Amino acid sequence: MNENVLLSIENLHVSFYTLRGVVRAVRGLNLQIRTGETVALVGESGCGKSVSAHAVTGLLPVPPAKIEEGKIFFDGQDVLQFNEKQMRGLRGVRVGMIFQEPMTSLNPVFKIGDQIADVFRVHHRIGKQKAFQMAVDLLDKVKIPEPERRAREYPFQLSGGMRQRAMIAMALASPKPGLIIADEPTTALDVTIQAQILHLLKELQKDIGVAVLLITHDMGVVAQVADRATVMYAGRAVEQGTVEEVFSDYRHPYTHGLLHSLPGNPEYRGAKRLIAIPGTVPDLRSLGNECPFANRCSHVKDRCWHEFPEETTLTAEHRFWCWYPTNLKAEDAHER
Amino acid sequence: MARYILQRLLLLIPTLLGVLTIVFFMTALSPGDPARVMLGERANAQQLEQLREDLGLNKPLGEQYLIYLKRTLRLDFGRSIRTGRSVMEEIREHFPATIELALVSMFLATFFGIVIGVLSAVKQNTWLDYSAMIGALTGVSMPVFWLGLVLIMIFSVGLGWFPTGGRMEVRLFFEPITRFYLLDSLIILIRDGDPAYLKSSLQHIILPAVALGTIPIAIIARTTRSSMLETLRQDYVKTARAAGIHERRVIFRYALKNALLPVVTVIGLQFGLLLAGAILTETIFAWPGIGRWIYSAITARDYPAVQAGVIIVSAFFVGINVVVDILYSVINPKIRLR
Repeated sequence: MNENVLLSIENLHVSFYTLRGVVRAVRGLNLQIRTGETVALVGESGCGKSVSAHAVTGLLPVPPAKIEEGKIFFDGQDVLQFNEKQMRGLRGVRVGMIFQEPMTSLNPVFKIGDQIADVFRVHHRIGKQKAFQMAVDLLDKVKIPEPERRAREYPFQLSGGMRQRAMIAMALASPKPGLIIADEPTTALDVTIQAQILHLLKELQKDIGVAVLLITHDMGVVAQVADRATVMYAGRAVEQGTVEEVFSDYRHPYTHGLLHSLPGNPEYRGAKRLIAIPGTVPDLRSLGNECPFANRCSHVKDRCWHEFPEETTLTAEHRFWCWYPTNLKAEDAHER
Repeated sequence: MARYILQRLLLLIPTLLGVLTIVFFMTALSPGDPARVMLGERANAQQLEQLREDLGLNKPLGEQYLIYLKRTLRLDFGRSIRTGRSVMEEIREHFPATIELALVSMFLATFFGIVIGVLSAVKQNTWLDYSAMIGALTGVSMPVFWLGLVLIMIFSVGLGWFPTGGRMEVRLFFEPITRFYLLDSLIILIRDGDPAYLKSSLQHIILPAVALGTIPIAIIARTTRSSMLETLRQDYVKTARAAGIHERRVIFRYALKNALLPVVTVIGLQFGLLLAGAILTETIFAWPGIGRWIYSAITARDYPAVQAGVIIVSAFFVGINVVVDILYSVINPKIRLR
């Protein structure tokens, strides 16, 4: 399995030191991404998924953020030991990022083509015109119609979907892209545009062979594009496995809750309301060693309040962290 | 773009007409009889009547207004009561001095203001930021006449580095070419190879330019800082960083261009204020500019001169605003391509 691991996050701990206390945003995350695959990091806002991704590219604001523990290897190199210059060699060259808001993620005062060309030029000694031409080619590759004309336009002249395509092009503006970190890439888009963008990501992946780390709260998106998924809750990974395993053989009550709050849930036949997970996310500043999901969990017992569950490994990929897991096969309950 | 500029220029017409109208009625309705002021206390009724007739002051107000508009459009402001010389001629003599001083001040203020503002924003909450902002607060709060005197005491009287006033050493007499002494002395340097003029004019302009530029530096630095802080939090700055672009380039290209819009507004306003508001500085440094000239015209009730001075300064103010509007469109494509 370690053969072609591109990115490996090992026991990552990230905290934010704020005036109102220490926020332990990520606690002990382990994650591997192999060349060319799509891994989803799923969870609700504030669960630590974006923080983990930013740690990979050294974009965490330090201070207040601090990486307390852990290692991040990219292509076998320890990223956390990189200096600023080496980090820039990683960002934009091997790792591209796409953000949630295509409306605000592109610089409003520069032409699309110039922005992409600039990324090319940072990392390679090429002329302005050559870089611009490469940008146009890239816009063509992400299926923007009339790329020649669009490259000469400003972000406000493009639609949301087109801007997100331009963002993807920018993330790919390198001769050897290895990984794209897509932080909620479709959240701000219409459903039809979402599907197009996801389709494009999939296609590019086949074409160029990049790996994608997809950060999302949307289980539907995970099902569409991911190969493997890690479900995070309040800074901890709670379940991890192939998409198949996570969707049809989930063990963690939180994964169960996420899947059952989807509108496609068969239990909804005749129901008037969506099924929600009761309660709210705990305050990350006050968490001790309990299971963070304890206050919302229907399986909760005394033990959950004192010890964070040990890892249970089911298959090569599938593992979860829960003392009293759901067992679908045994209960023979809800199918999906 | 061309349409936008044309639009701005067309808007100049009603604005300037408004300025002219306000200036006319303010002078016409202000107390005091111009004829009496011109002729002095001992003039008799017949003389006064004669002068009123000559100046057209006995005509109905509406007719006076139309005559005034016609003459102003020809840039004919009449003769100064004090000196008897053509007002336009006097303005032509004094205005370049003020523009030169204001330009040098604004250049200093823009350069240092933006640099200080950007550094403060990038190094937010460090000793550098704190000292820059305390300095800016001090700068804004310092009365310019006091600062001018202190500068003279330290650098002219104490250290003897700079002269106390004037535009050029008296013994260096020369025939003004453009009336912008810096430019003139540069021409002399190129033409005759004599650097003495340039050196002297630079020495003379530094202290008043610093005194005049202190408040604008502070205001520009504070505006730049807050605008930069706002911009540095934007998503596109994160995008640029994530693309591996060098931090210096992220700040000075990607962020600064976006942060510049409010700064340009402030620079324009400050420049306009400097043109009119240089009275104190010009008086302290014996700078023969328009501010000092208008001031003495007001104290002498020199109506034609006051009128003309106010009109010229207002016209420049309006003109600067148009330039600012056009600069907006250069910076922000959204305005340009609308």
